[in-house]
Amino acid sequence: MSSVYEPEHEIDIAWCPGCGNFRIIEAVKAALDQLDLDPDKVVFVSGIGQAAKTPQYLNVHYLNGLHGRSLPVATAIKATNRDLMVVAESGDGCMYGEGGNHFIHAIRRNPDITNIVHNNMVYGLTKGQASPTSARGFVTPVQTLGVSSEPFNPLSVAIALNASFVGRAFAGDVEQTAQIIVSAINHKGYALVDILQNCVSFNKVNTYQWYKEHTYYLDESYNPTDRDAAFSKAVEEDKFALGILYINGQNPVFEEGLAAYAENDTPLYMRGIDLDRIRALMDSMRA
Amino acid sequence: MVFKPGDDISIVISGQAGQGLQTLESLLTRIFKLSGYHVYSCSEFMSRIRGGNNSTQIRVSSRRVASCTKRIDIFVPIHQGAMERFHDRITHETVILGQKDIVESRYLEQGYAFIEIPLKELSGRAGGAVYANLIMTGVLSGLFYVERQLMEDEVGRFFSGADNKRTQGDILAAGIGYEAGSSLLKPGQASIAIERADDVRHELLMNGIDAVGMGGLAGGCNFVSAYPMSPSTGLLVFFARHAADSGVVVEQAEDEISAVNMALGSWYAGGRALITTSGGGYALMTEGVSLAGCIESPLVIHIGQRPGPATGLPTRTEQADLNLVLYSGHGEFPRVILAPGTIEQGFFLARHAFYLAEKYQVPVFILTDQHYLESRYNVMDLDESMVLDQRYIVKTEPGYKRYALTQSGVSPRGIPGFGGGRVRADSDEHDEHGFITEDAGVRKSMVEKRLKKHDALCDEILPPVLIGPQDYQCLLVGWGSTFHAAKEALEILGRDDTAFLHFSQVYPLAREAGQYLERAKKRIIIENNATSQFGTLLRQYTGFGFDGRIMKFDGTPFMPDEVADELRSMLLKED
Repeated sequence: MSSVYEPEHEIDIAWCPGCGNFRIIEAVKAALDQLDLDPDKVVFVSGIGQAAKTPQYLNVHYLNGLHGRSLPVATAIKATNRDLMVVAESGDGCMYGEGGNHFIHAIRRNPDITNIVHNNMVYGLTKGQASPTSARGFVTPVQTLGVSSEPFNPLSVAIALNASFVGRAFAGDVEQTAQIIVSAINHKGYALVDILQNCVSFNKVNTYQWYKEHTYYLDESYNPTDRDAAFSKAVEEDKFALGILYINGQNPVFEEGLAAYAENDTPLYMRGIDLDRIRALMDSMRA
Repeated sequence: MVFKPGDDISIVISGQAGQGLQTLESLLTRIFKLSGYHVYSCSEFMSRIRGGNNSTQIRVSSRRVASCTKRIDIFVPIHQGAMERFHDRITHETVILGQKDIVESRYLEQGYAFIEIPLKELSGRAGGAVYANLIMTGVLSGLFYVERQLMEDEVGRFFSGADNKRTQGDILAAGIGYEAGSSLLKPGQASIAIERADDVRHELLMNGIDAVGMGGLAGGCNFVSAYPMSPSTGLLVFFARHAADSGVVVEQAEDEISAVNMALGSWYAGGRALITTSGGGYALMTEGVSLAGCIESPLVIHIGQRPGPATGLPTRTEQADLNLVLYSGHGEFPRVILAPGTIEQGFFLARHAFYLAEKYQVPVFILTDQHYLESRYNVMDLDESMVLDQRYIVKTEPGYKRYALTQSGVSPRGIPGFGGGRVRADSDEHDEHGFITEDAGVRKSMVEKRLKKHDALCDEILPPVLIGPQDYQCLLVGWGSTFHAAKEALEILGRDDTAFLHFSQVYPLAREAGQYLERAKKRIIIENNATSQFGTLLRQYTGFGFDGRIMKFDGTPFMPDEVADELRSMLLKED
C-alpha cells in the first residue's frame, strides 16, 4: 500500500544516489503511516540544506524557512494551532550549528513537536565542509589540517537540558528508525530524534559500513527515565547507542501553559475580535 | 512667591532612579485628568536602575497639550544634584519647590523664586524617605486644587495590589503632602489659574505604548514574540498584561532572530503576530523580514527607535532608523512603513498595519521612538468599533496553490488545518504550488507577482496631514513623533504664511507629496536625526529638496518652544 504522504506530483529529487536521506524519508513515511493522524493536520518545518528538502518530497503542509530557524517557526505553529502535528526536520548544520541557540531554547520551552535531525557529520549542500558534529581530525577543503573543535554532542546537550525525549537512530535501519520516530511523535513534549546517516559524496570516513560497526541498540534492560544513565550513554565515544536514550515526562508542555488558552481551547485562526473586551480595556484608561 | 497666572503650567520633577518618579508621574497625570485638567507627561531617564538623575515633565493646562516644553514653570528637585542638568532651563520665571538644602545655593542667592517644602521632615512624618514621591504627589495635588478624596482614592487604587499597611502609608504620605501644598494657596503667595473642563474627566489617558497596543488588539493581534530591548519593551509588557484577558500568545524569545521566525510561524498557522524591538534588535531580524517577503507572509513589526549606532543611548530618543527599515532585507519585495505622531494615529495605524499586512501578505512596520512611546496625554474617544474582523484567509481544497498567480499579485492565503489542500511555503524561489524551482520563467513571474503588490498598496496610502493655512509660503515637513512639537511651534509663532505637513505613512509615499512641496516657497524639514533621512527620501521621490533643516540628535526630543525659536530665526533671515 502506498503512503498517503507520498507526493501526488512528479518530483525531481535533489539528493545523490545512495544518500542516507532516501532511507530517512522512507522511515518518516512509514512512521506517519503507522500513526493515527489526520494528514490535513501534519505540518513539517525545515531550514536549509539537503535534509531540509525532505518536506518537498512528502504530501504534507510545510514551511521551508531560513537556515537554522525551523525550531522557532515550529514552536509558534504549535502554539498558534494546537491541533496540528508539527515536525521540525533538517540537518546537523542547520539544527546544531546555525540554529544552536534555538535548539537549546526549544528544549527548555518544551513544545509538543518532534525534531528530526539528519546527522551525517558533514556539510553536503555546500560541498564537504565540517559540520558541528564532525569528529576531531576530519579533513575537509576548509579544515585542511583537520577539525580542531570538540564535536557537538546533541544528545548529551539535550539530556543536560533535561529534554523531554531524546532518541538516536541510524538511517541504515529504516524499520527501527521509523519506530523511534513513532515514539517521538507520540511523546507529549519536545522530542529529539538524531539520525546518523552516511554522506556518499562528502564523508568518506563515516560511511554506511562505519556506522554499522560503530552503533548498537540499547537493550530492554535499559531504563530511559534514568537521567544519569542516559547521560553516560550519550557521551560514549567508541560506539553510538541507538534507541530512546532519555524520556522525561515531567516538564510542562509549552503551549499548554499559555494564558491565551486558559479559558479558550480554539486555535487562534478561529477566534474573532472581542469588541466588548476592547471597549472595556479602553474604559479602563479613562481613570 | 506668586505664580504668574497662566493657563498652561509645566512642572519638572527631578530625582534619582529608584525614587519612584514613574509612580508619581502615573498618579499625578491620572489625578489631574480626573480633576478636569488637560495633562501631558513624559519621562527621561538614564540607562540604570538606581542613582543617576531622571526626570519627568508634567504639563497641566486648560487646553490640549501633547508635547514637552523647554520652559519649566515649577521645578521640583527631590534629591541632591537634581538641578545639575537643568541649568539652562531654570530661569527667573521658574518657581523652585522643595527642600531648601537640596536647592543649589546660587539659585537662592540670586533671588530665584523659591517655595520651601520641608520634604525630609514631611517624609519622616509619613514613615521615611521612601515616601518622598507620595509627598510630592500630595503637594502638587494640593497646589492644583485637586479634591483630597479624589487624590486619596487614586493613591489607594494605584497601590491596591500592595499590602494594606503600605497602602495606608502611601495615602498618609499623600495627605501630608496635600496639606503642605494647599497651605501655599494664600493670597499673595500662590495661585493657580487653570480652567477645568468636565469633559476631560471622562477622556482616555494613554501613552504611545497603550495606543499601539490597543490598536494591535483592535487589529486582531493574538501572537507577540519579542526579545526585550528599550524602548520597545513596554509594548511586550502591554501584551503580556493582556495575554489572558485578550487571548494573546506572548513569548519572550531567546533572541530577535527567534522572535521574527516565531511570528512568521504563527502567521503561517493562522495567527496574527506582532514583533516589537528597537534598531539593534531589528538588525538581527532582517533575514526574517526577507523571508516574509519571499513566502509572502503578513508580518507586523513595531520598532521603537533609540539613538544608535550600536548600543547608542539606550533610553533616549531618535528617528534614525528609517533607512534601516526601508532598505533592510535582501532581495526585492514590497513593504509598508507607518510612523504615528499622535495617540490617535498610534491606535489607528497599529490596527491598519494588521489590515494591510494580512490583505497584501507583506511586512508592515510601525516606526515609533522612545519619545512617542513614553508620551502620555488625554485624548477623546478612539473609535474602537471599527475592529478588523475580516480575515483574509481561505479554506483550501485539494490542489490548492499557495502562490497562485493573480491579477493583483495577491494569492488567496490558506493555512494548514483549514481545508483539504496542502499549504507549502518556501524560502527558495518556488512555483505556484510552493515547490522549489529554478525555472527562469517561473522566477520572473514570481518576482513580478510579489512586486505587483506594491502597486496595489499604493492605492491605500495614507495621505499626509496639513496643519495651518492652505496658501502657505513656508512649509515645515515632518514625520512620526515630531507631530506635536512642530504643531505647537507653529501655534507659538502664529504666522499665517507657515504650515506644517506631517507624514504618518512614510513608505510608500503619497502621490500628493510632491504637490505639497511644490507649492511652498520655502521648505524646512524637521527630523530627530542628523542626516535628514526622510528629507532625502522625499527628495528622491518628489524631486524637491529642502531650504532649511531642523535636526536634533542629542538623544532628546524636540520641544515646541525651541522649534519655534529656530523657525523664527530661519524665517527672519528670509523676511
